[in-house]
Amino acid sequence: MYVYDEYDRQILKERVVQFRHQTERALRGELEEHEFLPLRLQNGLYVQRFAPMLRMAIPYGMLRSRQLRRLAEVTRDFDKGYAHFTTRQNLQLNWPAVEDVPDVLEALSEVEMHANQTSGNCIRNTTTDQFAGVQKDEIVDPRPYCELIRQWSTYHPEFAFLPRKFKIAVNASPSTDRAAVQVHDIGLELHRNDAGELGFRVYVGGGLGRTPMVGPVIREFIPERDVLTYLEAILRVYNRYGRRDNKFKARIKILVKATTPEKFAELVEAEWEQIRNTPTRLTPEAIEQMKGFFTEPDYEDLEDNPPALTEALSASKAFSNWHTRNVSEHKKPGYAIVTLTLKQTGVPTGDVSDRQLEAIADLADEYSFGEVRVTHEQNVVLADVRQDRLQELWEALRPLGFATANLGTLTDMICCPGGDFCALANAKSIPVAEAIQREFDDLDFLYDLGDIDLNISGCMNACGHHHVGNIGVLGVDKKGQEFYQISLGGSSRRDASVGKILGPSFAREDMPTVVKDIIQVYVDHRTEEETFLDTYRRIGMSPFKERVYA
Amino acid sequence: MPNLIRHDGIHTDNWTIVHPPAEGEAVEVPEGPALLPAAIWKDKRQELTGRNDIGFWLDSHEEPEDLADYVNEVPVIGVNFPKFSDGRGYSIARLLRERFGFRNELRAVGDVLLDQLFYMKRCGFDAYALREDKNPDDAEYCLNVFSHAYQGAVDDDTPLFRRRWAS
Ligand code: HEM
Ligand code: SF4
Repeated sequence: MYVYDEYDRQILKERVVQFRHQTERALRGELEEHEFLPLRLQNGLYVQRFAPMLRMAIPYGMLRSRQLRRLAEVTRDFDKGYAHFTTRQNLQLNWPAVEDVPDVLEALSEVEMHANQTSGNCIRNTTTDQFAGVQKDEIVDPRPYCELIRQWSTYHPEFAFLPRKFKIAVNASPSTDRAAVQVHDIGLELHRNDAGELGFRVYVGGGLGRTPMVGPVIREFIPERDVLTYLEAILRVYNRYGRRDNKFKARIKILVKATTPEKFAELVEAEWEQIRNTPTRLTPEAIEQMKGFFTEPDYEDLEDNPPALTEALSASKAFSNWHTRNVSEHKKPGYAIVTLTLKQTGVPTGDVSDRQLEAIADLADEYSFGEVRVTHEQNVVLADVRQDRLQELWEALRPLGFATANLGTLTDMICCPGGDFCALANAKSIPVAEAIQREFDDLDFLYDLGDIDLNISGCMNACGHHHVGNIGVLGVDKKGQEFYQISLGGSSRRDASVGKILGPSFAREDMPTVVKDIIQVYVDHRTEEETFLDTYRRIGMSPFKERVYA
Repeated sequence: MPNLIRHDGIHTDNWTIVHPPAEGEAVEVPEGPALLPAAIWKDKRQELTGRNDIGFWLDSHEEPEDLADYVNEVPVIGVNFPKFSDGRGYSIARLLRERFGFRNELRAVGDVLLDQLFYMKRCGFDAYALREDKNPDDAEYCLNVFSHAYQGAVDDDTPLFRRRWAS
């Protein structure tokens, strides 16, 4: 994992002092509310329905146990003892006091953490695959590039006042995409060209929100050393020509669509030609040095499927179910990747208490070299667990509520905070998630259904990624009543697509039945190896419509 | 009198900013120091060669490319921030300095507040017509908030990765 040096520490310290200064001026009335707004947003501070909200950055999802313990303390000392993992690898506090925020940021800075650029019209936290560096199927580890991008984007002087927020995601797995890169403002996909050189495929102009779009590729291959200058060229074109007259048309996706991807690519290329040889061009030394921070931990020489594991698997169906769903293959023999699901029925998606954060820190120290990752599906990963200790870990996870064996299934939903917390909501989302989880409480049935992404957002801002759920649920307001619209066929993976609306919306109490009907259509029509998405793509919308509105 | 911040301290701003005229009206070039709208200055540049106290200003939607060939004919170029949250001026400043080689004073005008000064300086500004209600005594701190920066920009084109990991 990246370790700060004197430069990073100094810069972060000065940031905390700067924000303290700004907060004091704001509280004294020397800064008007709208002048303070972008300053606090770029330090993670939002003002919400009931209270301020602080969004703390977890760069590309990586955390050390020491950082988790500090997050737990902050959650306890400055909030109500619980926090919320978001869909962009961040952690949110829901009730901090504005005047305490500089102290929170100072406490975070002591463990090399911050809330930089987690909100506001700037370049946000760069995200990536939670299995980076430990999966078998990976071109190279994407994290060194994420850190280089993080540093480049941190307090970038030219891009702090963009037309709108800007999100970058990186994927390095050729067979799947756990980072949803095609629905980001910029998606970068590591791959090799015919000459075997390393570089990125560049998607621009994807995004969710009220105009969901899958981003087009504007360049098939940009060599690794050129990635920062190329990003700078894209951002400069966007900063100059993105719309600023209408907030709803200000994302880069609107600019790319209006100019056409071809023309937009030409503008970027022309700009890049001018700056490609500036000192911003990465050096081989910088890439090598950065890679040196993401080396392998001290793995032992082990065999796959040790007796301790195989015996436990045959002894317990519950363990075996969990192993099948929540444990993934590791690149090293004898190791496994374990996902802790934060999707226990009755607990809002992504919520964790201070004690749970501490428990995760202890587990990381005991089982996974003191590191964890957080995922955009709002779960937590222990990436380096010995297979012969999986059963022991499972036993430890169960009382903590982290062993619900539903990873990737219908009840492992993405869900935004919705009307319970969010001022922009049209409808509540947490109770809908819970009602669906209660309806589908039979694990064997869930396993039989296989991988299904069900995503819920409380309004068209789409924080819950409903457009790219295989089943998407969107809260809508009809004459002051909460209703829910369903879309089918979305995906955020390599075959990214935006779901299509099923038809008129439903009342909340009907939602579990409606989802059951949709699932039944799949069960009736599927062939043996088809996932829900495959079946939907083959048979289309009509059979679902007929059943649900019958 | 409003304040003009330069890197050597606080000055009094005695420059007039001339606004674009309404349709059909002519522009009077003031007696004293003034910044003309860029397009007007371009039209009049032949007659203004004797004046060393006349520059031009660009609004945030204007293209500095249109003035690229003439930048060093003026002692001052202003870049307007109609609202402080309109970030186009930062790109304009970098282009004027890095692409078109402007060497004289680059001045931020309009909604110029304290908390943007550091970014402005990095993008090539060296003078700031601070909005009148802001305390100019805070400017020095705000111009120098950070002792290092990750990126290369106008003030220092060497990104941190080249400094900490020299080849
Ligand atoms: C509770 C307070 C929140 C508010 C007021 C809020 C507001 C918004 C708004 C206005 C947008 C639309 C932006 C646009 O279309 O340009 C948005 C998008 C988004 N938000 Fe939130 N949000 C909140 C919480 C969250 C949380 C808790 C998460 C994660 C669970 C989240 C993740 C996202 C994501 C992933 C997007 C979509 C980005 C895209 O359009 O590409 N937000 N949010
Ligand atoms: S999707 Fe809407 S309701 Fe849900 S958190 Fe985002 S803004 Fe709030």
